[in-house]
Amino acid sequence: MKYLRFVLDHLRKDLRLEWRGRDAINGMLFFALLVVAIFSLAFDPTGYPTTTRQISGGVLWVAILFSSVTALNQAWTREIRNQVLDAQRMAPSPASSLFLGKALANLIFVLCVEAILAPIFIIFYNLHPLGNAWLFLLVMPLGTWALVVNGTFFAALGLRARNRELLLPLLLFPVSLPAILAMVQAASGILTNDIDAIQINLWIKQLAAYDIIFTTLCILLFETILHAE
Amino acid sequence: MQTKASPSGSAALPVAAAELTSVSRVYGTFAALRNVSASFSAGSCTVILGENGAGKSTLLRVLAGLISPTRGSVSIFGDSPQKNRGRIAYMSHAPMLYEELTALENLTYFASLHRDDQCACVGSPEMALRAVGLDPALTRTVSQYSQGMRQRASLARVLQTDPEVLLLDEPFSNLDVASAHQMVELLADFRTWPHHSGHARTILLTTHQAHLAEPLAETTLTMLNGQIANTKHRTSEPAA
Amino acid sequence: MDQGTLTSQRTATIAAPAWLRATAILWFIATVIVLLIGFRQALFTAPPDGELGDVQRIFYYHLPFAVLGMVFPYVNLVASLAFLYLRNRNPLKALTADALALASAQVSVLYVTLMLLTGMLYARPVWGIWWTWDARLTTAFILWLLYVSYLLTRKLAAPDQIAPLSAVLAVFAAVDIPIVYMSIRWWRTQHPAPIFGGAEGSGLAPSIWPPTLWNVAGWLMWGIFILCFRFAVERRNQIADQEHALQAIEASLHDHQG
Repeated sequence: MKYLRFVLDHLRKDLRLEWRGRDAINGMLFFALLVVAIFSLAFDPTGYPTTTRQISGGVLWVAILFSSVTALNQAWTREIRNQVLDAQRMAPSPASSLFLGKALANLIFVLCVEAILAPIFIIFYNLHPLGNAWLFLLVMPLGTWALVVNGTFFAALGLRARNRELLLPLLLFPVSLPAILAMVQAASGILTNDIDAIQINLWIKQLAAYDIIFTTLCILLFETILHAE
Repeated sequence: MQTKASPSGSAALPVAAAELTSVSRVYGTFAALRNVSASFSAGSCTVILGENGAGKSTLLRVLAGLISPTRGSVSIFGDSPQKNRGRIAYMSHAPMLYEELTALENLTYFASLHRDDQCACVGSPEMALRAVGLDPALTRTVSQYSQGMRQRASLARVLQTDPEVLLLDEPFSNLDVASAHQMVELLADFRTWPHHSGHARTILLTTHQAHLAEPLAETTLTMLNGQIANTKHRTSEPAA
Repeated sequence: MDQGTLTSQRTATIAAPAWLRATAILWFIATVIVLLIGFRQALFTAPPDGELGDVQRIFYYHLPFAVLGMVFPYVNLVASLAFLYLRNRNPLKALTADALALASAQVSVLYVTLMLLTGMLYARPVWGIWWTWDARLTTAFILWLLYVSYLLTRKLAAPDQIAPLSAVLAVFAAVDIPIVYMSIRWWRTQHPAPIFGGAEGSGLAPSIWPPTLWNVAGWLMWGIFILCFRFAVERRNQIADQEHALQAIEASLHDHQG
């Protein structure tokens, strides 16, 4: 319980910081819109509704993936400025609570972007999901958490590296590949209704398993990378 | 999670508050600390002088547990600094505060990280701010503070955790003389505050303005090229 | 003057002892012999495959690379875990583990690269395409990506952070690989099976065994050889770094005495 209170303290702080600046959300939103616009130039979404349905699951996640990387790269810069991170490292609260608080904050930011992006996406791509669209309420948070938990971790890992903006996607994308596969499959499955519901459920379960495994790993190893020197 | 020394047990044998045993710290081929051994007894107040690059900051960061020594060992109350996080506070020339938050928000947040259900030893953020002469009701964020105000807010951040060992890295670097004197007075006052465990408070302070820290300088160490070149104890101890 | 002689004595201790040198040379010669036998077996002794003809001989090289490309990452994982365990207990031993982790990662990247290349050469005549996103290929590719990013991290990270960060990354990579394999296999099997599945698993003819085993043995010996070589080089670098550090520390001590 005490641990949970530490996590909430960190989360509240990160939300407040973002609320004062709103850099992360605005940046992500604009970036995601650009990706969506560029993909619609590459193929004609209104002309080929079937093709659109087949690939828009992938397009949506690519937009979210790239835009969340821009925000994740900034996730720790506030901690570096003024050497706040040193104060964090010296605090007696567990290091992983700092990580979880930040990861949850990032989750909320990316979900906000998704909430704004979704209607725009549907309008721009003229989408009518053929499957059970309510499942998106499960797929989006699970998939976003998979990206954000590893992304927050690797952003912290590359904090003192040269080229840390470059390092984050290099580390994040290969490790996230199973999750990306599961999210894209589940999303396209829901949109096209090609694969049956049991399989969509299996993808969602796989995504959940991925989340659990990597969240555990991140929590276990975060202290090592925070105090690595 | 946090080791609290029993107040009665350690009274017989005075254990050093902080101790360095032949500590070296090397960055690449540059030795910031070379074979430094020093012991700071509980309740002592030490001023560390030296030029830039003499190893003052590295010494404090090693004591704070922020960097580990390349060779040698460091102990705080006979244990590693990492195991005594709640008892050490470290303040550097950077304010270590979030720019987007007000001083009170910053302090409340950091106080919550020191929350310990066993004791109510954490001072209130408002009290700490008043002690350093800042108005807790100030709605400006830290980004709009002057250098002096930042430094004072930063000091409030470390004082509110009620530390037994206080490490201050160049606390006067951005202050005018009057504010620096105020801060010295405040630190001298802080030493007399009783700690809930009954332990005496230990202060280590680095500066290159020796005259400012004079009232605190019970012991003066001078560092040169990563070594302690000179140790000077004040001979006539003024009675408190 | 005094300093100079002191240093030269120390560097002498870094040099490998004679017996180690002799072992290394003998091992190298043995490796070359085994590889030559494997080469002869694979290209001349073994009969050409009934369906595929001479092209099938690539298999004798592809299989060792594939097998060993899956073995050396385990060395990396074990060394990285050892590093994380020893880090605060015995820093000097932890450094040794880190050197082993780096060496095994480099060998892993080398073998996985060779596996991918020989695989593509094999696939082109046999399957008619260079590449397909089947479970095994994709996993191999992601394995390659992960270890390349591991090596990149070691290049880019701040010098005093390299060892712990890369050890953490190695754990992530090791956990990721089985998940990648499971999920991609599952993804592929729900679609109609690709026409070119199961070419390798369909029972090995007896004539295939000798060249395969000789080559696996030879490339294993070769892998161990470069692993040890890289390990020794890395250890030497570490010891040289420590010497530099010690020198930097001692330099001022002498200054003060003098």
